[in-house]
Amino acid sequence: MKLLRDTWLMFVRYFLIFIGNPAWVIIGVIQPVLYLLLFAPLLKSLVHIPGFPPGGAYNVFVPGLLIQLGLFGASGVGFGLIDELRSGVIARFRVTPVSRLALLLGRAGRDLLTLLIQSLILLLLAIPFGLKPTFIGVVVMLGLVALIGLGMSSLAYAAALALKDENSYAPLVFTLSLPLLLLSGVLLPLQLAPQWLQDIGKANPLSYAVTAARDVFNGNGGSIDVWKGLAIMAALAIVGVAIGARRFSRAIA
Amino acid sequence: MIHTRGLRRTFKGRRGAVEAVAGVDLDVQGGQTFGFLGPNGAGKTTTLRMLSTLLPVTSGQATVAGYDLRHQPAKVRERIGYVSQEGSSYSEVTGRRELVIQGRLYGMNRTAADKRAAELLETLELNDCGDRKTKTYSGGQKRRLDVGIGLMHLPDLLFLDEPTTGLDPQSRARMWDEVRRLRESGTTVFLTTHYLEEADALCDRIAIIDHGKIVAEGTPEELKREVAGDVVLVGPEGPLDKARAVLKGQDFIRELTEEDEVLRLYVDRGEIAMPQIIRLLDGAGVSLATLSLHRPSLDDVFFRKTGRSLRETAP
Repeated sequence: MKLLRDTWLMFVRYFLIFIGNPAWVIIGVIQPVLYLLLFAPLLKSLVHIPGFPPGGAYNVFVPGLLIQLGLFGASGVGFGLIDELRSGVIARFRVTPVSRLALLLGRAGRDLLTLLIQSLILLLLAIPFGLKPTFIGVVVMLGLVALIGLGMSSLAYAAALALKDENSYAPLVFTLSLPLLLLSGVLLPLQLAPQWLQDIGKANPLSYAVTAARDVFNGNGGSIDVWKGLAIMAALAIVGVAIGARRFSRAIA
Repeated sequence: MIHTRGLRRTFKGRRGAVEAVAGVDLDVQGGQTFGFLGPNGAGKTTTLRMLSTLLPVTSGQATVAGYDLRHQPAKVRERIGYVSQEGSSYSEVTGRRELVIQGRLYGMNRTAADKRAAELLETLELNDCGDRKTKTYSGGQKRRLDVGIGLMHLPDLLFLDEPTTGLDPQSRARMWDEVRRLRESGTTVFLTTHYLEEADALCDRIAIIDHGKIVAEGTPEELKREVAGDVVLVGPEGPLDKARAVLKGQDFIRELTEEDEVLRLYVDRGEIAMPQIIRLLDGAGVSLATLSLHRPSLDDVFFRKTGRSLRETAP
């Protein structure tokens, strides 16, 4: 059907561009890798603090790191779209019969593929450090990252289409990403935080993803938190895609 | 092919509403090359964007390629091609791939798209660079590729926004040839330009737009004749007095001025006036050293209608 065909055509286009510039995969994964190498070892001495989740430093930290990857990776995609806007390509596509949703999903597909590769790189690097992944843990983890990637990329694209300029887009993205990150328990578990901070964290959808990821990595796959995390991320993805697709339909000029 | 009544586009600016297009009526017949001539900021690109479904219409009616613009935009899109001023290609993609994906987005299968892309690369002389990324293309090559992208699905109507702006003379000449070729093949072309010579050379009909309104419309010849008439420069052998005396007061001469050593006569139809002038001067015994005819330019038309010269407003 038309949406599938259009989405596939757009995905292939972006995939081929991506293959031409694979350096971006590495660049995107450098930040989490640095955290893994330079920050995670400090957590080893914290595992015995009351309130610290079970599983060992890496099993607690790496899931958060993957969420961070999803968040920052997704917010970066807006820059590519702004570049494309400037080249006139988006206007050109909008004059064709192509599905507006396909314009979004084709790009998002490429972004998800990038995230997947980066996540696998991170997971593989973490194993010699002490990460003990389970198969179901990795699958659910990647599922969560995919949903975050889809939702956040779509929102990033919507923002990029609205702002049309790097000088407005960059500050927006950086200003919003950092609190989202800090309030999701990625760096240090929120269980260590004072109650007021934990309460604010409850309003952040990403904190549920982090909790879910940690649970599933530690064999607690059936816990209610895992389902909660998946459901909230799925909702985020649906809302994000709806907003993003609508933006592609609206006038850009 | 295009019919509009009262087409309007209002933007909400910081200091109230801005009417970029303030009531435009157009009638473009199929197979014509129609030109929208005007200075920058006149509303040409905004009108084009509305007609190609990129911008919503604030008010007014329009039928494009047989479909209602406001209620059937999807149908309109199937029949039109659009070549914007900014360009249509992305730097990291090859020309051929841009052509092929364009065709496929209109429903062509892989084989048909490949074949058509190869044809266009040949016609537009892009075979040498067709498989290189467009970031390596010259301005002229990019613009030709853009036109190819607009033509992949054989549209009935092609919109060209400032097709030769920024091009060197050779690339411009090639683009003009391309537009003429389109006309021969029966495609309706709607182009915008701020170059007088371009509108004059390529278009069957022209509408002159200024500040969002059409100030004049017609064939290039009609426009020039209606407003400016012709200029005949009469250079008699001796002093001007005798010639002036003979010609002054003649009905067919609208205005008579002096310029250097010649008489400058503003007439309606130069080709009719000249034999009359020769007969009159001959009859009075005035011998002519030089006689020349100057056709009016669209700049004269623009000046008469708006009080400004189009040449002054060009970038």
